[in-house]
Amino acid sequence: MHMPLQDTLGLNLLAANQHQADHNRDHFNAWRLLCINVMSSPGAGKTSLLERSLASLASDLAMAVLEGDMTTQLDAQRLEAVGVPVVPITTGRACHLDAAMVSGGLKLLQQRLDPASLDLLWVENVGNLVCPAEFEVGEHRKVALLSVTEGDDKPLKYPVMFREAHCVLITKTDLLPHLPVEVERIEAHIRAVNPRCTVIRVSASSGEGLDSWHGWVRAQQRAVCDPKASTGSPARASAASPSLVLS
Amino acid sequence: MHEVDMTRCLLLSMNQWKQRHAPHTPRVRRVHLQVGTFTCVEPQQLLTTWRAAVQGSWLEGVGLVIDTVPLVGRCVVCNGTYKPDPGQAYRSPCCDHPLEEIVSGRELRIRSVEYSLDTATDFTPANPLTTAAAV
Repeated sequence: MHMPLQDTLGLNLLAANQHQADHNRDHFNAWRLLCINVMSSPGAGKTSLLERSLASLASDLAMAVLEGDMTTQLDAQRLEAVGVPVVPITTGRACHLDAAMVSGGLKLLQQRLDPASLDLLWVENVGNLVCPAEFEVGEHRKVALLSVTEGDDKPLKYPVMFREAHCVLITKTDLLPHLPVEVERIEAHIRAVNPRCTVIRVSASSGEGLDSWHGWVRAQQRAVCDPKASTGSPARASAASPSLVLS
Repeated sequence: MHEVDMTRCLLLSMNQWKQRHAPHTPRVRRVHLQVGTFTCVEPQQLLTTWRAAVQGSWLEGVGLVIDTVPLVGRCVVCNGTYKPDPGQAYRSPCCDHPLEEIVSGRELRIRSVEYSLDTATDFTPANPLTTAAAV
């Protein structure tokens, strides 16, 4: 009689996604390209913020956007109007982007331009405070948005999202005078679950905090793409761009 | 319903694991997972999607055992461990410090696979939940 066997794997449950995410990141690194994954609940202001940031940062950073949306290309059209290449990724029923979807978006982007000519790739995720937190897409940095209209309890209700973020943007601060919300309490709850992240108050309407936010973005771009350079413009990749292979 | 995508990842890993035993096809009894409570995974949803996903596949009838791992934090002020409470904003009860270090609770892991390479071995369905669903 054969005894039952047992293999101890200790393998990441999301190993298949993680493998593809690591593959994407390898390409970003080869292209010396910072990838930022922007996440929030629906309506927190991701697209409005990107409209402002793309327009402001375009003077010194070459950028493109992978735009995740469940059903429409409305956000992609808004961002394309800013003059930045945008690849829409329509997820259908999926409530988050995964690494394979982003890989597919990269292949479409490669048909339009050489990614090595870019400094920064934005991934605007599907509006959702739960699922995107667990699915890496190959990003170097995760940014979570929380609008003041959502209330101060969301970091406690959706702690994984805010724990995972490198930077949390408190958006729509121009509305604070009209709301019974204490922004200090929102900040305290963010820092309770993630004391190490950067927290910036911003308003895409009034422009409050955008300089700080853009300063953070530029600093991450330098740190990831040109870590040896202390000043000056970030270097571009000069090597031939590797072709992307979907694994 | 991200548990669907998580199940898809799990099946891909299981198919890769199966290939390691080629030309034999291992007969799997149970797959053991570790899922932390500080993740976005609902274990019951994962069981439901697993039962649906394995129907008609080489894993049909295989039990999925999910060990839940509690969230435990370490207070970086006094070095003591504690169970963070959302009602207390996850702060340490000893020093009222934010949740800086997580000791456990972020696990999303395929821990082990119970199987046999002997086709004569009698494997009865192992997971009562899976068995109930099959009925």
